[in-house]
Amino acid sequence: MEEVIRLENVKKYYEVRSGLLGSKILKALDGVTLSIRKRETVAVVGESGCGKSTLGRVSLRLLDVTAGKVVFKDQDISRMKEEELRAKGFRKKMQIIFQDPYSSLNPFMRIGDIVAEPLEIHGYRKEEIREAVYRALEDVKLVPPEEFVNRYPHELSGGQRQRVNIARALVLGPEYIVADEPVSMIDASSRAEILLLLKSIRDSREMGVLYITHDIATARYVSERIAVMYLGEIAETGLTASVLKTPIHPYTILLLNSVPEPDPANRRKKRPVIRGEPPSPLNPPSGCKFHTRCPVATERCRIEKPALIEYLPGHFVACHRALEIMSGAVSVT
Amino acid sequence: MNEALTVEGLKVYYRTEKGTVRAVDDVSFSLARGESLAVVGESGSGKSTLGLTLIRALPANASIVSGRVYINGEEILSLSLSDFRRRYSWRVISMVFQGAMNSLNPVLKVGDQIAEPLIYNGGASRGEAQRRAMDMIELVGLPREFYYRYPHELSGGMRQRIVIAMSLVMNPRILILDEPTSALDVTIQAQIINLVKDLIEKLSLSVMFITHDLALASDIADRIMVMYGGQIVELGSAERVLGEAPKHPYTEKLLASIPRLRGETIPEFIPGRPPDLASPPPGCRFHPRCPYVFDKCRSEEPPLFKVGEGHVARCWLHGE
Ligand SMILES: Nc1ncnc2c1ncn2[C@@H]1O[C@H](COP(=O)(O)OP(=O)(O)OP(=O)(O)O)[C@@H](O)[C@H]1O
Ligand SMILES: Nc1ncnc2c1ncn2[C@@H]1O[C@H](COP(=O)(O)OP(=O)(O)OP(=O)(O)O)[C@@H](O)[C@H]1O
Ligand code: SF4
Ligand code: SF4
Ligand SMILES: [Mg+2]
Ligand SMILES: [Mg+2]
Repeated sequence: MEEVIRLENVKKYYEVRSGLLGSKILKALDGVTLSIRKRETVAVVGESGCGKSTLGRVSLRLLDVTAGKVVFKDQDISRMKEEELRAKGFRKKMQIIFQDPYSSLNPFMRIGDIVAEPLEIHGYRKEEIREAVYRALEDVKLVPPEEFVNRYPHELSGGQRQRVNIARALVLGPEYIVADEPVSMIDASSRAEILLLLKSIRDSREMGVLYITHDIATARYVSERIAVMYLGEIAETGLTASVLKTPIHPYTILLLNSVPEPDPANRRKKRPVIRGEPPSPLNPPSGCKFHTRCPVATERCRIEKPALIEYLPGHFVACHRALEIMSGAVSVT
Repeated sequence: MNEALTVEGLKVYYRTEKGTVRAVDDVSFSLARGESLAVVGESGSGKSTLGLTLIRALPANASIVSGRVYINGEEILSLSLSDFRRRYSWRVISMVFQGAMNSLNPVLKVGDQIAEPLIYNGGASRGEAQRRAMDMIELVGLPREFYYRYPHELSGGMRQRIVIAMSLVMNPRILILDEPTSALDVTIQAQIINLVKDLIEKLSLSVMFITHDLALASDIADRIMVMYGGQIVELGSAERVLGEAPKHPYTEKLLASIPRLRGETIPEFIPGRPPDLASPPPGCRFHPRCPYVFDKCRSEEPPLFKVGEGHVARCWLHGE
């Protein structure tokens, strides 16, 4: 089994203050199941606040789990404490790349020292550090490395800084990486470069990647599978090609319709939109959480929560009307 | 007169520690009545500086080195600032600033923020201003009661609607929108774009839509103006710039870098980075990144060549 990480029915609840005395439960993740194999990228997409970053952090055990299991290479790490995660080497094996290439690098440190830092913290020897730093810089195409190690962050473009972040995440030889919106703050003309780079490193280093993004179109090029989230739950998941070609969940269909493509004919028509905004996760709708915005919701949707069911090979959907939508009996747009 | 706005030979430079930054460097174009023009370019290409110049709201370290701007035939850069504010600001030309939805005053009701220019610039009574502000809130698709809300009580999409309402409150003819949706989810972005389209039609506005996103530009634009390093590198109808093959190598590469949901193309990237406007490269500013570069490009700056009906491109491949 080449599985690197597995989440089983994971829940993450936050207790948030509401009013003067009370507190409420915010269900940021409400029963998420997902697995990622070696040399595989799973993209997680969905609107702001749907729980993407929480999912990434829980999978790395940067956050505690409220319920359910996080399994890294057949070892249950759901309840491990920080010291144990560190002592058993899990911290080295799991890394994160953040969104912001600007504030995430210490402006007073040289690139070489920034990339070396995680190795120093983990007590590596000098020669080992040098070798790992050079290899990581080569992997992210900051070449020749001997030139880049002496530079400072302000001497690099946004895309180059993000490559430093990736190099830093790579030096400890991780087997699992969470990339949380890694290109959203980079110029459009450099995004593809970073994403394709990440994909080739994933292959050469045989890692599993969780790619978190707002931008579904990018998911298409870098991920083998995709999970569409809505209010802390997976609405639809499957092979990326299958979900993008044959979206079944009304939310996925409308989300895909919202993505602009450069076509001069666009200005003569309106895009079908999802009405309203995501409801507060403090007070989620009953039944299917999407029913307040779904154009084909029925009475049943308000009452009964749909289960995530496999409708096409490897393609799961949580919608009562999935079969009708697939057969064309009802149309979402 | 069919032109709502005409810009001729505009140069706007910033004084900085690093030297003079040539943010807008010899820009000329016009905007017809009822037309939507998208201004597209990467970060730092001079889009916001151009917009701020047109509403006379440049920061103190900026100077207009040369150029003229005509609105309804009158040159507005030579007007005194107070004259411009009294006669043009808000009521003829207004702008939704980049990031404005995140810089609303947190302690003022959003309705009062919309009503403010009516009272101070328009001489309206409080009651009139309030009624008009509520009409505007309704116009942008929110309930009238939202007048009494504070910014933190609204989502990003709602705050964006509020700043659009603010820009329209004195019924301007020309509206500049600077990246109005780049901080929003695509689902909310699509709603705002549909709203902007409705408003353009309902109010017959002339619009300058600033964005870094060529795909989004196609949603609004009759014409597309591509900027690179403070200059226009291509300008033409949306059909010509996007539909047929783009004529400037930068536009071509920018288009190729967009990830597509449909079709088979794999996105490309443009190697290198945009020019430093304190010391732009000699010759064509795009030459260090251009796949078609040849000798002349490195030493001589190309002018805008006519490449088709109402279509120009700044590239030596199209003339000499
Ligand atoms: N520490 C926290 N305490 C309380 N609530 C939290 C906390 N962190 C996140 N949340 C809430 O959990 C939900 C999910 O947040 P999360 O950051 O995972 O969303 P996201 O999908 O990553 O959003 P974005 O696209 O904006 O980054 C949101 O409603 C958020 O407000
Ligand atoms: N107040 C200022 N002082 C000095 N330089 C400035 C100032 N504002 C902008 N610049 C510089 O002028 C150039 C053009 O900036 P401008 O903000 O107009 O670009 P833009 O196309 O709007 O970019 P973005 O897409 O990031 O908003 C850049 O090099 C920028 O660094
Ligand atoms: S279960 Fe009902 S409300 Fe939910 S997505 Fe399906 S049709 Fe819409
Ligand atoms: S002038 Fe030369 S370098 Fe500039 S865009 Fe044209 S071919 Fe490329
Ligand atoms: Mg997030
Ligand atoms: Mg700007």
